[in-house]
Amino acid sequence: MNHESPMWNDAFGIEWLDFNLSTSLMTIISSIIVFIICVMGSRRLQQRPGKFQNVMEMIVDFVKGVVGGSMDWKTGKHFLPLGLTLFMYILVSNMLGVVVMGVSSDHTLWWKSPTSDAVTTLTLSLMVVLLSHFAGIRMHGMKHYLKGYVKPIPFMLPLNLIEEVANVLTLGLRLFGNIFAGEILLSLIGESLAFSAPPYTTILAVIPMVAWQAFSLFIGAIQAYIFIVLTMVYMSHKVSKDH
Amino acid sequence: MKGVELLQTLIIGAAIGGTPVGSMLVQIISFIILLALLGKFAWKPLMKVMQDRQEFISSEIDAAEQSRKDAEAAAKTAAEELKKTRAEAHAIIEEARKAGQQQEEQIIAIARREAERLKDAAVEDIANEKEKAMQALQAQVASLSVQIASKIIEKEITSDDQDKLISDYVKELER
Repeated sequence: MNHESPMWNDAFGIEWLDFNLSTSLMTIISSIIVFIICVMGSRRLQQRPGKFQNVMEMIVDFVKGVVGGSMDWKTGKHFLPLGLTLFMYILVSNMLGVVVMGVSSDHTLWWKSPTSDAVTTLTLSLMVVLLSHFAGIRMHGMKHYLKGYVKPIPFMLPLNLIEEVANVLTLGLRLFGNIFAGEILLSLIGESLAFSAPPYTTILAVIPMVAWQAFSLFIGAIQAYIFIVLTMVYMSHKVSKDH
Repeated sequence: MKGVELLQTLIIGAAIGGTPVGSMLVQIISFIILLALLGKFAWKPLMKVMQDRQEFISSEIDAAEQSRKDAEAAAKTAAEELKKTRAEAHAIIEEARKAGQQQEEQIIAIARREAERLKDAAVEDIANEKEKAMQALQAQVASLSVQIASKIIEKEITSDDQDKLISDYVKELER
């Protein structure tokens, strides 16, 4: 149970450059899986879609609905690829740790959801929030963007500033918390419970294991959905003319 | 005891000693690459197909609506045309019948007239011929009677007769 992360500190002799190897590895694996799924799904596109294309189009329509729910489609269509990629990436990432559990060697955990690392989720949320700021400046200019901080009254300035930081934290930590907790419980069931008194507990552990895995899959999908919904809400705050 | 250990591990694991900037970079870079690649290879063609389909469907609906209207108009025209044609045919038949009747009457009248004319001509001819024959006959009868008379007179009149004739003649004269 005492898993540690495979760290590679001070990489290439650079003092601040630390790698969490398992997180980075899982990030890349997850990206590759998403890429393969999406590209396979959008190969040989036809007017009469096949099964795979149908699924992809359902996802596109779904995210389109999310984007359309928070801003008008004219500005929203620029964020559709972002929303789609985020959704697929987070969904697949959340699934990875549930589907394949805890591949580890020498108490070092290699296989996990990349989203069960706070660094990943906070990076994602930071990126999204920065993107929303950037998009706000791009769409309405610096003046309008800065004005947004003193609305509705100048007194609100500190609160608005705090809100921006809080957005990053809540967006990232919500995802991290959900997925991390799910994996912890999975490994608790799978290792501590299963090996406490084998073989009886091992067999017994199957029941909560299956239940919690199903729940984790559900949570993973819900969290991916929540992440893109909030992303689009933050985007729309910065992008829309009137709030 | 084990529980406490576990909790410690969890907290330490969650706290994450230091910020692995490298992992963050890997995360951001891989996500941006993913975004770019998927945008190019997945979302763009997918959305294009969906857009195309939408346009195709809407154009098909338009076309269907248009062809329905066209068909309706064509059916209306055809019905009108049929009605007109029927009326025309009726008129033609009627006209033909009338013309036929007229012609029939005309032919009959002509024939009757012709027959009348022929009959008149024949009657006239007959009369002429009769006249001619009569005239010829008259001429012949006169000469013949003279001849007959002379013959009779030459042969039959004997001396007695002659005497008697003379005497008769004289008697007549005496009176």
